[in-house]
Amino acid sequence: MVRLDQVSDVVRTSLLGIECPVFDGRPWVEGPPVSQRRVAIISTAGLHLRGDRLFNLSSGDAKSIPGEYRVIPGDTEANDLVMSHVSTNYDRTGFQQDWNVVFPLDRLRELARDGAIGSVADFHYSFMGANTPAQMEAAARTLAGLLKRDNVDAALLVPV
Amino acid sequence: MPTTQISLIREHTEKIVPPRALWVSFELGRPLGVPSDAAFQNRVLISALELLEAPSGPVLTDYPEDAPPVDGPAALVCPVNFDLPASEMGDAEKLSASFLEELTLMRPWYDMAVSKRMRTTVGLSGMESDAMGSFVAGFLGGGVPSSEDDLSLGDRFKLAVEDLKSFYFEAATAQPGQEGADSDTLSDWFWRETVAGKVLFAVRDAHARSEDASLRLVVTRSLIPRTYSSFSPFDTSRQSG
Repeated sequence: MVRLDQVSDVVRTSLLGIECPVFDGRPWVEGPPVSQRRVAIISTAGLHLRGDRLFNLSSGDAKSIPGEYRVIPGDTEANDLVMSHVSTNYDRTGFQQDWNVVFPLDRLRELARDGAIGSVADFHYSFMGANTPAQMEAAARTLAGLLKRDNVDAALLVPV
Repeated sequence: MPTTQISLIREHTEKIVPPRALWVSFELGRPLGVPSDAAFQNRVLISALELLEAPSGPVLTDYPEDAPPVDGPAALVCPVNFDLPASEMGDAEKLSASFLEELTLMRPWYDMAVSKRMRTTVGLSGMESDAMGSFVAGFLGGGVPSSEDDLSLGDRFKLAVEDLKSFYFEAATAQPGQEGADSDTLSDWFWRETVAGKVLFAVRDAHARSEDASLRLVVTRSLIPRTYSSFSPFDTSRQSG
């Protein structure tokens, strides 16, 4: 459906109007075969544990900080996870039916069990993608260190 | 840190040029393609992970499979059929009463959905469905319901609306023959057919110039999806016949 020639004019115009950052460098980091990698999911779906602070609050003690992230432990189960992304424009019914269509943790566990990947990280992370990359940069740099300490050598970035 | 990613908007990824990306043709909100299809999701996931073994980059690869057509209903049956006459659409009291009745009658389907899936995505607002409905209905006619927490009115309203939509979608897909409904069918049903959808349009219209900035921002920018922003359930021409 996200073939831009198949969406409505209003959606296409909106998507094409989003400013994309341009980066000078072309980082390229290699590693062992996938079957030996430790994989973490980084989502931009505004996911978090049910009791965790919500994204996109503009008020109150739990007021959101642009670019912040939430930690999703590796033993999280489907009913633990909710979504508080600000956008009303994308489909949430897939996530409502099956969390793996947005956050494929069950699938990663199966791949690890079958030996297709080395292991699943102890911690996964979610941002809310409606923030600008500049707002997320500091958190992303922090996250890189956290991933290394979790011995992750494959970060799977999943938009929504 | 080696990264690989799923790309939903190819045109964006072409500009950003990340090290490794797998472009998929799936709709926004479904980066792994198909809910409740582990085999399909696995194929997507493995394809994205395999990019980690590419000899050089940047790599932007097109995933070859589209999500299969959904074998579901073309239109949803409303669990509750409240086709308010156009003349009563603007009557906040009647609209509110119909909405709360609809919500009550949706409840068994929602409960069934939770029982069947052993999960729910409702829970952002901390309100039960009755309280959620009363709170949202309180905005009809330009009203503002009381709230005892420290959140802004806009935040509180937005959270209640997100829970309300999740409640409706989870309930609708628990109905016989409707589990496989695609997202467009579900959205059309909610925004064009349900009383809840009509209530949200009415709240948008009533509060678009609200003095409360937080509420004004939510109702004008993050309440009605772009696809439905020019639709009006209160257009009397579509009510005739």
